[in-house]
Amino acid sequence: MKALSIKNLRKTYKGGFEALKGIDLEVAEGDFFALLGPNGAGKSTTIGIISSLVNKTSGEVSVFGYDLDTQLVELKRQIGLVPQEFNFNQFETVRQIVVNQAGYYGVPREVAHERAEHYLKQLGLWDKRDAAARMLSGGMKRRLMIARALLHEPRLLILDEPTAGVDIELRRSMWDYLIEINKQGITIILTTHYLEEAETLCRNIAIIDQGAIVENTSVKRLLTTLNRETFVLDMSRNDEQRIEPQLEGFTMRQTDDHTIEVDVEKSQGLNKVFEQLSAQDIKVISMRNKANRLEELFVDLVERGRANKPAAGA
Amino acid sequence: MASSYSAIALKTIWIKECTRFLRIWVQTLVPPAITMTLYFIIFGSIVGERIGDMSGRPYMEFIVPGLIMMSVITNSYSNVASSFFSAKFQRNIEEMLVAPVSTPVIIAGYVGGGLARALIVAVIVTLVSFAFVENVSINHAGILVLTVILTSTLFSLAGLINAVYAKTFDDISIVPTFVLTPLTYLGGVFFSVSLLPGIWETVARFNPILYMVNAFRYGFLGVSDVDVGVALGVIIVFNLAFFATAYTLLQRGVGIRS
Ligand SMILES: Nc1ncnc2c1ncn2[C@@H]1O[C@H](COP(=O)(O)OP(=O)(O)OP(=O)(O)O)[C@@H](O)[C@H]1O
Ligand SMILES: [Mg+2]
Repeated sequence: MKALSIKNLRKTYKGGFEALKGIDLEVAEGDFFALLGPNGAGKSTTIGIISSLVNKTSGEVSVFGYDLDTQLVELKRQIGLVPQEFNFNQFETVRQIVVNQAGYYGVPREVAHERAEHYLKQLGLWDKRDAAARMLSGGMKRRLMIARALLHEPRLLILDEPTAGVDIELRRSMWDYLIEINKQGITIILTTHYLEEAETLCRNIAIIDQGAIVENTSVKRLLTTLNRETFVLDMSRNDEQRIEPQLEGFTMRQTDDHTIEVDVEKSQGLNKVFEQLSAQDIKVISMRNKANRLEELFVDLVERGRANKPAAGA
Repeated sequence: MASSYSAIALKTIWIKECTRFLRIWVQTLVPPAITMTLYFIIFGSIVGERIGDMSGRPYMEFIVPGLIMMSVITNSYSNVASSFFSAKFQRNIEEMLVAPVSTPVIIAGYVGGGLARALIVAVIVTLVSFAFVENVSINHAGILVLTVILTSTLFSLAGLINAVYAKTFDDISIVPTFVLTPLTYLGGVFFSVSLLPGIWETVARFNPILYMVNAFRYGFLGVSDVDVGVALGVIIVFNLAFFATAYTLLQRGVGIRS
């Protein structure tokens, strides 16, 4: 069964702005799915419609087979939402916020209190349970929203940029947590600007730009379609001088005395790089793949998508 | 199943609403006590002495029910108006919108909060009045209770509708200032409308608050400017109309869903 199925979804905001121009999307049960796109692409709009915060203009949405138009109550029960912006009452305490949210889903209060303890402990917020939400740090507020979304034990967790403004260490611990609950069977959809995040966490990915899906595939396949990669090479030579290698047939940038970045097309392979460097008596000490491969790809795709379309307003 | 879920959701909203106004009791429960004490001192003791009787009652006794009603109206209204608007403003209204909480449950939860505050304030003001009036008699307890509940419900609904339309905090003080206060003052809190000259007495009868004040006064003192059955009928009709309005607005997501 599909955890999420969206057909020809359109949204025109009051004032006439067309934020979604007919989106199709399917997310399998158990998937860890990334929705990527630049600012204003329509990610939050899509999520808003799925979670009843935004009215759709047309199209169909179903979650675990429950239709948004005809089975709203059942559909809502399946979803836990972590929105992009903080949206809790700043004056309520951490525990009140999560327990009340469970109450809205009809979870009895005693059960809600037990679960609150469980999830707040897991997310490292138990010590702050009686603090007013406004006293929390940004990262704690994000985790509070995750705990709040889990209390009614949804089958589909949707996170809209959950790690925005979260430091690296906390981000990684949040990733571990998400991977863990995904293993336990919760389907996860997440939007992000951090491409490393999508690459680390997600199996499948859709890229959205200007209200349309420009790519929808598995992360692995997407990475293999990447036909150019950038490698960073650290080099040395006996004389300790600045090394200025010449590489015929490759685009190359020197970043300091001993480091270059080389763009390598899939068809070229790396052998020619090493052959030429050896011939110049240069030793390659280490080599790594420049991070953000996905980032380049992403820019590529978005640009390609836009090139195929008449310019907006034209 | 569905109904027990709804009962839990309703209880949750209600508890949350009560927690809110109790947490800020200095802003919610103390001011009506102070205002009413002032009214009692100025209109009751100082001015009232010179007025003598009104509708066959000492002036002080006459104004007690009206003043209680006035506090009930302002407090139920402003409780729901500010709470719902602040939920919109801080966006925590979204917590309810994503969950399977039906519109009537949301309305009932907020109205329940307004009702609770209004009743607590009514008790406080009544206790304050004991300090000024020797014997506050209760003639028709049933009508008294019914009127206070229906009136709080009505103004909670009105506050909710106001909050739905409000875009800034200022927007939730416009109606109390320009509509509620004048209607309350002209609604027979301080005088019997039978004292108004000719045409104005007729005009005064178009003021719904007149019916609430008089029904309530009837519960206390057994005197009223209007027929109590008609008064209760008017209040009930207004309640139904306001509920229908609030229901339609929330169901359509006016002001809360883009
Ligand atoms: N309530 C609204 N009224 C009018 N236009 C809106 C509204 N909300 C969003 N938009 C517009 O719709 C487009 C898509 O917005 P959306 O929030 O879905 O983007 P996003 O992909 O989530 O972007 P970001 O990465 O910046 O969060 C934007 O151009 C935005 O200005
Ligand atoms: Mg967004």
